[in-house]
Amino acid sequence: MTALASADQPTLADFGHDVWWIVLIKIVGIFGVLVAMTLFAIVFERKVVARMQQRTGPNRVGPRGYLQSLADGLKLAFKEDIMPALADRPVYFLAPVIATIPAFLAFSVIPLGPTVSIFGERTPLQLTDAPIGVLIVLACSAMGVYGIVLAGWASGSTYPLLGGLRSAAQMVSYEIAMGLSIVAVFLYAGSMSTSEIVAAQANGTSLFGGTGNGPGWFAVLLPVSFVIYVIAVVGETNRAPFDLPEAESELVGGFHTEYSSLKFALFFLAEYVNMVTVSALAATLFLGGWRAPWPISVWDGANTGWWPLLWFFGKVVAALFVFIWLRGTLPRLRYDQFMRFGWKVLVPTALVWILVVATMRTVSREAGLDGGVIAVFVGVPLALVVIAGLLIASRRRNRDTRVVARAAAAGALQPTGAEVLPPRGSSSAAGGFPVPPLDLVVPPSPRLRTREPVGVGAPALTTEEDGDV
Amino acid sequence: MSVLAAAADTAGQPGTGEAVVFWVLGPIALAGALGTVLSRNAVHSALWLVNTMLVLGVFYVVQGAPFLGAVQIIVYTGAVMILFLFVLMLVGRDTSDSVVETLRGQRLAAIVLGMGFAGLVGAGVARATTDVVPQGLGDGAAGGNVEGIAELLFTRYLLAFEVTSALLITAAVGAMVLAHVEREPGSRPSQKELSRARFLTGDHPQTLPGPGVYARANSIAAPGRLPDGSPSPASASTGVEPQVVDELPLSRRTGGGPDAALGTLRGTE
Repeated sequence: MTALASADQPTLADFGHDVWWIVLIKIVGIFGVLVAMTLFAIVFERKVVARMQQRTGPNRVGPRGYLQSLADGLKLAFKEDIMPALADRPVYFLAPVIATIPAFLAFSVIPLGPTVSIFGERTPLQLTDAPIGVLIVLACSAMGVYGIVLAGWASGSTYPLLGGLRSAAQMVSYEIAMGLSIVAVFLYAGSMSTSEIVAAQANGTSLFGGTGNGPGWFAVLLPVSFVIYVIAVVGETNRAPFDLPEAESELVGGFHTEYSSLKFALFFLAEYVNMVTVSALAATLFLGGWRAPWPISVWDGANTGWWPLLWFFGKVVAALFVFIWLRGTLPRLRYDQFMRFGWKVLVPTALVWILVVATMRTVSREAGLDGGVIAVFVGVPLALVVIAGLLIASRRRNRDTRVVARAAAAGALQPTGAEVLPPRGSSSAAGGFPVPPLDLVVPPSPRLRTREPVGVGAPALTTEEDGDV
Repeated sequence: MSVLAAAADTAGQPGTGEAVVFWVLGPIALAGALGTVLSRNAVHSALWLVNTMLVLGVFYVVQGAPFLGAVQIIVYTGAVMILFLFVLMLVGRDTSDSVVETLRGQRLAAIVLGMGFAGLVGAGVARATTDVVPQGLGDGAAGGNVEGIAELLFTRYLLAFEVTSALLITAAVGAMVLAHVEREPGSRPSQKELSRARFLTGDHPQTLPGPGVYARANSIAAPGRLPDGSPSPASASTGVEPQVVDELPLSRRTGGGPDAALGTLRGTE
């Protein structure tokens, strides 16, 4: 599995030998990349959501509005910094810092590319790696929860506290699903280090004794893990449709209601950096990391030098687009449905999936069978059976609704029919539901009576006045 | 990793990096422990404890046990302490510990017993570790730290591992059974039934109207108005005395100011 594609693929032994100025360059580079990605992601999100809602989006600041988030960031820095009277001062100050630092820290183990030459030094395009690389990302996201929880508590206000409590429960439970979804990747890659996981996706699994090369991406080999990961990280990063800690219709702003100025900017930064990090981790674990996708990978030079940066950030931007797409499409879940989904659907599915993957690997190793053969002859039929079962179950559950809808379409149902409604007067409630009075007439505006129509402008004036009434 | 490997190889003498990390983080861990005990506010106490746990995680990593360090941070600091905080926050933010002594002489006894306990533990640890020769990691982590732990857990300590997990599951299930209240299905009306009942019985299924601040007053005490112009009693906030709003003077030019367009309060009452 860990057959290395080329000499450019860094191994664990390559880390920890860099000169100090290379380390410094990498640190500053990662910091800069993350801040730039945040600025880009905010404008990107606003533009994409605007397109989805048939608007233009920001188009004033800079070329085609692309500097809007930079202007917003500068504006935030110059706003008044408010300290609520009831705030717990040290914790209130620390919370945004705690939220931001782990967000940046997590990116240090993300591999951005192969071994390259920087000013004559051969070094991997990755700050560092460890045998437990992915666990570092998990630990950082676990620390990030503190920022949000403490912000909610320290504000000394009800809505932030509720937002903080919600996020504590939400992030802890979705972290479990996220951690479980990654386990299958560990099993297949045989390692928890990010660079070796990328290396394990270099070569596809050999189908039928090596005659053909199957896909190497874990998103294809472990589709269930990938789906669970994607759902769990949306909950983990508090993004729509799982943005319950900051649900503005219920909690005003949630945990950051009382924050302003740079402290608020730090929360904003942390949210988007987290989005970029989980997108980068998705690319690393499931989408082949910095390795070129299939049609490009035919070209020999695709996985050498600085080109992989392009493929990597292409995958990250694609993952960010999915985040934004979800936000533009789905309404927010109710809190109990959301928690039920996490605990009763995601976690058990992940557990069963790990069991299946481990069993398949053991069987294929003991019986000496080819992994690809098992996947094709056992996995695919099994997946078809499960999907068919789910389809039938959901059709059966919606049976009543479907029958009623068909009857209504045929005109058989009269929602205001006599047998449906209890006899009531001109009341607003009919059949248990409010019905507006059907004989409403808009009264003439009293202002219009005192004025004479003034020629050409009169029709426009009339409609305007009617609108006011 | 090279620093750590070097530190592990020289059995007995910690490497420079390890020593620096220890002397920087050791006092921080100790400060966290003291803060946990001395803080008046329960949440501050928990935060100091988080600080100490984080430092312990870093210590594990430095001593060549990266897996243990990561798990310490993910499980203990990330999940267990968050749940602690969760409960503390539900209790309320202003509940500080009471410093009134309810048992006479309790504080003195606690100090004496605490010092005695510390002396016992300290003496035991000191006695147990004075003549021990440090071994380093040796061959224990030859195949890698993660692989080493996995092998031990799933071969030699498999039974202990499984028994512990069974114990934890039993405790969790027991807690759920104790806290769970069984409800007869159908004993509580569903949301649909509740909403139907509200529409059929109540006179006011929707939200109450807001005060009339938008019409001609800036005061929350101004009642909102019904379509016929009369004030709506339902719009008055509880605890606020409804007030009659002064109307704007009539404009001389049009014979009716902007207020006239809104109707009058007097005509309909």
